[in-house]
Amino acid sequence: MTAILDTQPATTARAPRRRRRVRIGRLLSLTVLTVAAAAVVAPLVWALATSLRTPATSFDNPPQWIPTDPVWSNYQAVFDKVPLTGFFLNSVVVTGLIVVGQLITSTMSGYAFAMVRFRGNKALFAIILATMMVPIQTTIIPVFLIIKYLGLTDSRMALVLPAVGGAFGTFLMRQYFLQMPRELGEAARVDGASHFQVFARIYAPMARAPMATLAVLTFSAYWNEFFRPLIFLQSTDNFTLPLGLVTLQGNLGTGSISIVLAGVIIALIPSVLIFLAAQRYFVEGIVAGSFR
Amino acid sequence: MSQASQAVRNRGRASAPSGARSGRPPEQQEDQSASLRRRAQNRRARRETLFGYAMVASALVVVVVFTVAPILASFVLALFKWDAISSPEFVGLDNFDALLSDESVTHSLLVTSGLAVIIVFLQVALGLGLALLVAQRASKIVQHLFRAAFFLPMLASAASISIVMAYVFNDQFGVINYYLDLLHLPEVSWLSSTGGATATIVLVAVWQQLGFTFILFVAALGSVPGDVLEAAQIDGASPARMFWRIKLPLISPTVLFASTVGLINTMQLFDQPYVMTKGGPGESTYTTVLLVYQTAFQNLQFGYASAISVVLFAVLLIITAVQFTVSRKWVFYS
Repeated sequence: MTAILDTQPATTARAPRRRRRVRIGRLLSLTVLTVAAAAVVAPLVWALATSLRTPATSFDNPPQWIPTDPVWSNYQAVFDKVPLTGFFLNSVVVTGLIVVGQLITSTMSGYAFAMVRFRGNKALFAIILATMMVPIQTTIIPVFLIIKYLGLTDSRMALVLPAVGGAFGTFLMRQYFLQMPRELGEAARVDGASHFQVFARIYAPMARAPMATLAVLTFSAYWNEFFRPLIFLQSTDNFTLPLGLVTLQGNLGTGSISIVLAGVIIALIPSVLIFLAAQRYFVEGIVAGSFR
Repeated sequence: MSQASQAVRNRGRASAPSGARSGRPPEQQEDQSASLRRRAQNRRARRETLFGYAMVASALVVVVVFTVAPILASFVLALFKWDAISSPEFVGLDNFDALLSDESVTHSLLVTSGLAVIIVFLQVALGLGLALLVAQRASKIVQHLFRAAFFLPMLASAASISIVMAYVFNDQFGVINYYLDLLHLPEVSWLSSTGGATATIVLVAVWQQLGFTFILFVAALGSVPGDVLEAAQIDGASPARMFWRIKLPLISPTVLFASTVGLINTMQLFDQPYVMTKGGPGESTYTTVLLVYQTAFQNLQFGYASAISVVLFAVLLIITAVQFTVSRKWVFYS
């Protein structure tokens, strides 16, 4: 490209040429992006398309990317043959309780670490922050034993209880509260509001955005969680979606992949809906994490 | 620290009324009211302290019971031989001694770090490349469309994605081999050969997490000041030069963050190998977490498994420490 430019001495020709070069460059980048995006989306499109084929033809190639004759029976079958309703409800209950718990504990502790003066504030926050890096595998055996000691083995509460509070949420909320003006609370205190009223009536309502961020990130993490359910749960009745689907795949074998894929798609729907409704909080959460 | 700031604040509060009254009342009265005021302040400070404790209690209890105590317990458990049924037997550092010469441990650490390095490199390189291309697009709608596309796989669970991918990469019936065949390319035994299984795990992990690095880099590139780029452009800097000399140094903290988080996450790789390969063929995709899982919850060697998990934790700490030390040389913090 530059070689062509060099052989053209006429300065008048240069401007349109450069414009054309820019245009070709832009077209090329758009092509690369589109190919990459197609490649990223393709496996999920394949899963969706195949979930709409009859189990007998589900492994037939070429794949039918656009189902001309969608078969909805797999979505029926996945509820009939497999306790998918149960998996789904378990996931809803577990994830819902964890999200609510995280919001409550993180908002309260984040606020206190940012706004309340008490002895040990810094030290306690340091303890919590230090656990942010601890991998779950290093704690899973003792946590399993604690769960057993509490008599919660093979229960949904085994998943909920250890997850209702954590370093990331506390850190995230504290960051936001640190940016808020102290004067509002001090003025309200002079007017006779209690500490808790100042928190609940003034500051917590101002923290809706970080709470939404925390909620979507927590939802996404626990809705998709596989490791802890695999270890804590034994009876199919308590299985959450990812564990249930993996078990289902093992049990059904390769004969009926379109049914399994129907389950995968069903599990994905709530995440996609939440993403569409709260896209900017997902992005904000990821970016906020990078400034720690 | 907090006590000192409390004192400062109390003094600030007290100074206004005492200044207004100074001079008027006799000295004794002043003393009395001052001590009364001080008592009131102490009471107020005590109440604030109590309030603080009450507010952090719930999060603190969860973190202490389910993370701090277990971490310490893991270190202790690693010194025991215990099958969860008979009573634990203290063996000192025997577990650590044993795992050093245990080939499945060292091999799993090698497999895991190899996977982690390749995966993170690809995630960062591809995420950054795509982010650079998207940043050129003027239209916000186009940007958001691509962002949504790259983000989509992150919404699914790694476990159920692995189910899908096990079908897609299936040696005989898989879509990938079908298209390779169509293009007259040799089929690959994706899941039944050691190289193929490794490649599959890498591809699936990179594919699913690409959206994470992509979003980070789009945000980072968006914060590169426009006037600097404009000035460079006027001075005739080529796009490549502008990338290496201006953009990359300015976003280097994000590169560091993305690779640190990526390494920490991929060193804990579990769902994909568990679902797609069970660590095989042979032990070619047998990651350390898979080993911890099977040692603890299938072989019931809780002490030994704890020792392995402690080693994994140490490896993660070392990676982070090294990365931050190295970064001081090339990361640019404005």
